[in-house]
Amino acid sequence: MRAIQLIISGNPEVYGITALSLYVSVLGTSLSCVWSIPIAIGLALRSFPGKRISKGFFNAMIGVPTVTLGLFLYLVLSRSGPAGYFQLLYTPTAIIIGQSILVTPIIVSFSTSALESIDPDLRSLARTLGASNNQMYQVVIREASWGIVLAIIASFNRAFAELGVALMLGGNIANVTRVLTTAIALSTDMGDLPLSIALAIILLVIVVTLSVVINLLRKQ
Amino acid sequence: MTSRVETVDLGKRYDGILALEHVRISAQPNEVTSIVGTNGAGKTTLLKILAGLETSDGGRVLMDGREVDQNELRGLCTMVFQKTVILGTTVYGNVAYGLEIKSVPRQEIDRRVKSALHSVNLEGFEKRKARKLSGGEQQRVSLARALVLERDLLLIDEPTANLDPANALLIEHAITEAKSMTTIILSTHNLPQARRLSDHVVHLHRGRVIEEGPPSSFFTAPQDERTKLFINGELQY
Repeated sequence: MRAIQLIISGNPEVYGITALSLYVSVLGTSLSCVWSIPIAIGLALRSFPGKRISKGFFNAMIGVPTVTLGLFLYLVLSRSGPAGYFQLLYTPTAIIIGQSILVTPIIVSFSTSALESIDPDLRSLARTLGASNNQMYQVVIREASWGIVLAIIASFNRAFAELGVALMLGGNIANVTRVLTTAIALSTDMGDLPLSIALAIILLVIVVTLSVVINLLRKQ
Repeated sequence: MTSRVETVDLGKRYDGILALEHVRISAQPNEVTSIVGTNGAGKTTLLKILAGLETSDGGRVLMDGREVDQNELRGLCTMVFQKTVILGTTVYGNVAYGLEIKSVPRQEIDRRVKSALHSVNLEGFEKRKARKLSGGEQQRVSLARALVLERDLLLIDEPTANLDPANALLIEHAITEAKSMTTIILSTHNLPQARRLSDHVVHLHRGRVIEEGPPSSFFTAPQDERTKLFINGELQY
C-alpha cells in the first residue's frame, strides 16, 4: 500500500529516479543508433571479407553480462584508465556511454535481420526502375523500418532494465546517477521495501508496456 | 530496319552450368516478341541480362544498332517480374516510384501515373494500400509501374502466371496497347497467349534458340522437331 501511495502521490524521489532512468537510457539507445544502424546496413546489404564473422560477433555479444561490460568500462574510465582524463566515471554520461555500448549488439543484430528479411527481388525491382545503389538501399531500409524500430525499442528495454553498467559506472549516487535498477537494489539492501516495490512497479510497467508494443510491431 | 534490341552470341553460366549459349534474338520497335520454352530453358536469365540486372559471360546486346553495357541497359529497359514485388506504400506511391527517384516534376508524375493506371484498369486505386490488393491487381500495378517510365524496352516475365482469366485479359489488353509506345519482350508458358499477343516468337531450349518466326508459321508449321514436341506439350527439359 505504501508503495502505491509513493507512486500516486507523485513522490519526488520516485519520479526523479524514474526521470533519470529514462534520460540515460533514451540517450544511450539514441547514441548507439548513430553507429549501430549503419553497421547493420553494411552487414545486411554489402559483401565484404569477414562478414559472417562480424555477424557472429554481434550476435554473440547480445548476451554479454552487464556487470562484465561495466567492469571493463570502469577500468577504461577510471582515473588510471586510458579515458580517465575526461573524469566521466560516476556521472550520467558514463552510464549513457556504457548503455550505448551494451545495446549495440542488439540494434545491430535485430536490424540486420530486419534488412535481410526484405525480399531480395526488391533490390532488382529498384534497379530496374532506375534506382542508383544509394536509392536502392533507401528502399530496402524503408521497407525494413518497422523491424529497425522494433530493434531500437528492444534495445531501450534492455538498457532501461539493466543493473551492472549503471552500478559500476554510475556509482548509484543520489540525485546524480541513481537510476531505477540501482535504486531498487540499494533500497532493498537498506530495508526500505515500499520504495523498492514502488520503483519495481514503475520499472515493470514501463518494461512490460514496451514488450507489448514490441509484440504488436512484430505482428505488423 | 535496325532492330530495337538485338543480342549477339549471348552466353551465361552459373557455377559452370550453362544457362544461355550463342543466343541471337532481335525485337523490332513497337512489336511484341515472345520467348517460349520449358522451365529452366533460360528465359528469365535472358530477360534479366536484357534488363541490366545480370551480366552475360559472352556476347553483346545492341540497342538501335549500338552496343550497350549493363548500366546503359538499366536506363533503357524496365522489367516486370513473374513474382509480384510491391512496395509498402499506396498504389500511387508504387507506380510513381521510378519517376520520383528521377525528380520528375509532380505534375508530370501525376499525369503519367493516371495514364498508366488507366491502361491497366486501376483508375481510382491511387490511395489504396498496394499490398492489400489481390494478386491480379498487384500484377497490374507492377505493369503500370513499368509502363509509366516510358522506356525503349519493356521486359515481362510470365505476365499472367497465377492470374485468373479476368485479370489475365486485362494484362494482355494493356500489353497490346503498350506496344504502340515501346518494344516488348515477354516470356511465357502460355502458348495461346504467345500466339495472341506476339509479332514474333522465339523458342529457347536448354539455353539455345532452336526456332523463331511469326506466330502464323511458328505454331502451324514449326521446323524443329523439339518445337513440335513443345507445342504439343511433349517436350521435357
